[in-house]
Amino acid sequence: MNEILPILLAGVIAGAAPIVLAAIGETITEKAGIINLSIDGSILLSAMTAFVVSYKTDSLLAGFAAGAFTGAAVAAVVAVFSIYLRLSQVAVGFVLTLMARDLAYFIGNPFSRIQGPQILPLPIPLLKDIPFIGEVFFQHNLTVYGSLLAIVFSWWYIYRTSYGLTLRSVGENPSASYARGINPHRVQLMYVICGGLLIGLAGAVFSLSTKPGWGRPQGAEGIGWIALALVIFGGWNPVKAACGAYLFAFLQVMGIYLQGWFPSVPAQVFQVAPFPLMILTLVIIFALQKESIKVIVDRKPMLKYWLRLFASSPPAALGKQFIRQ
Amino acid sequence: MTVNFRKSVLSSLIDLAITIFSVGAFTSIILLAAGAPPLEAYYNIFKGAFGSWTKFGHCLKAWIPLTLCACGLLYTFRIGLWNIGIEGQMIMGAVFTTWVLRLGTDSGNELFFIITAFFAGMAGGGLWAVIAGFLKTKSGVNEIFAGLGLNFVAQGFILWLIFGPWRQPGSASMSGTETLPDNLWLPQTGALNVPYAGIIITISALVITAIILQRTRIGLNLKAIGNNPDSSVLFGLHPGRNMLLAMIFAGGLAGLAGSIQVSAVYHRLIPAISSNYGYLALLVVMLAGFRPGLTPVISLFFACLNVGSIQLPMVLKLDSSLSGVIQGSLVLATLAIYAWRKQKGVIP
Repeated sequence: MNEILPILLAGVIAGAAPIVLAAIGETITEKAGIINLSIDGSILLSAMTAFVVSYKTDSLLAGFAAGAFTGAAVAAVVAVFSIYLRLSQVAVGFVLTLMARDLAYFIGNPFSRIQGPQILPLPIPLLKDIPFIGEVFFQHNLTVYGSLLAIVFSWWYIYRTSYGLTLRSVGENPSASYARGINPHRVQLMYVICGGLLIGLAGAVFSLSTKPGWGRPQGAEGIGWIALALVIFGGWNPVKAACGAYLFAFLQVMGIYLQGWFPSVPAQVFQVAPFPLMILTLVIIFALQKESIKVIVDRKPMLKYWLRLFASSPPAALGKQFIRQ
Repeated sequence: MTVNFRKSVLSSLIDLAITIFSVGAFTSIILLAAGAPPLEAYYNIFKGAFGSWTKFGHCLKAWIPLTLCACGLLYTFRIGLWNIGIEGQMIMGAVFTTWVLRLGTDSGNELFFIITAFFAGMAGGGLWAVIAGFLKTKSGVNEIFAGLGLNFVAQGFILWLIFGPWRQPGSASMSGTETLPDNLWLPQTGALNVPYAGIIITISALVITAIILQRTRIGLNLKAIGNNPDSSVLFGLHPGRNMLLAMIFAGGLAGLAGSIQVSAVYHRLIPAISSNYGYLALLVVMLAGFRPGLTPVISLFFACLNVGSIQLPMVLKLDSSLSGVIQGSLVLATLAIYAWRKQKGVIP
């Protein structure tokens, strides 16, 4: 067991990297009050562009840039349609998620199943030699370190800077922030695009690191929906959302191990199992918020303390249109 | 009045022209980027859909499940629900149908089992929809996530059946379960080779949906709650109960679509039994502006695009997902023009 555990945990940290980035990107977007439902297709489209660009130019950096740009472009469409054209965010996002996916399959078709560039591991000197911790955290590639930094940075940015305060105020009460001299529409547009950059990066991480290459299916299908669920799971807090991403990656890794232990169960079942499990967790969290259960919980202080960790409330103006008076 | 009417017809024609032009321009750019000649691609899609009676028959075979799903979505959209779970509801309909038809093999009473299988399909889809509905009304889980979760569960379930208990003798594979004996198929005849029973079912579903939504109290209740859930309570309406009702209608119709996929199209259970028609039906209904009258027309157009683009990989070595790009950009362009007109004050 002592040999398996660090490998398993390192696998979780590496496998969760793109999911962490996507979940943080969506958290930032929703903090500004906009739901970007296009994320599942957006991840695939940016995975495709990242792979194709880095294959053509032979430069990983160009690939990551192209991926991030694609994610931002799709997010910009969502933002413009919902902020300035006042269309339903859910409708636009849903159409875009299907369209971006089909676009990715269509354009990426000639690049399917070919060997392309792939980011190499970069163990950090000194730190990598720490027993256990070094093995789990410091023997990955740059994208994984980036995902770890993104968690810390996004938390600090949202909760400890004045820009973060502006972001949250727009998501909670756009009219009040407008009265304070903030232009809510511009702030929303900016952070939806920022969130899109991260979502695009998540796609690039998929095709250049986590599941290298392109194909139909690529392997990133469904991850966007999970990222959307993680935002709720994390109660619109990037750190908790990231924890959810690690939980999901853990379930995925466990699926691979369980497959070895139960060869009679078809492999496909383990591949899809984490998705319903994640949604089930969401159901439990929602159920815990209910009044009838809260009454029972209030009598038990220890339970109350634990449940507070799961308490979540969406930004008050999430999904609502702000119309300047 | 006539001047106004002429004006509105003219402006809708202009809108249509702008939409078609912008979608055409966008897809042509995409095609050029993929290094393919746009006109040849469009011609191949057209030929793939209308090249022969058999090909048009395939379009009609795709039209049936697509329209049934779209019909179901008319109910859920009317009450303001995003029934993304329609995909899973269709899968469960197909699973229940296959289950009954497997029981009916060698029974000697085919007609009974075919009819029972259709009702089982509706029950399967309805059951899956009710679960999503309960999650929404009782535990406050957004219907989008409940539906998606259930879609994944249904997908896992169908894979388990195909690779587990219902696997083909010999080797289990992605090609699905064993083909059902042909006396359990929905009869197909004529030059089009389409199941006319399926077409009749779909048309009746359309008519009944239009009547329920526009001429009955149920339709009015759904609309009232969809427009304003808070004030509907003051009128003594029960949003939760009506949401469940709308979900059951949608799930039942999606299940029926699944039944037809099994008994008339594939004659067995395959992993991709839903062919993504549930998701596509959401686009159909949006493009139809949630109007029952326009829904079958749009869904025929989308079905032809889907079937026609199967030609692309064979002739031009392109991926068939071009149809999805065209459909998506059509919906986006229509939404954008509608919103723009609304802001200009042309549409109240």
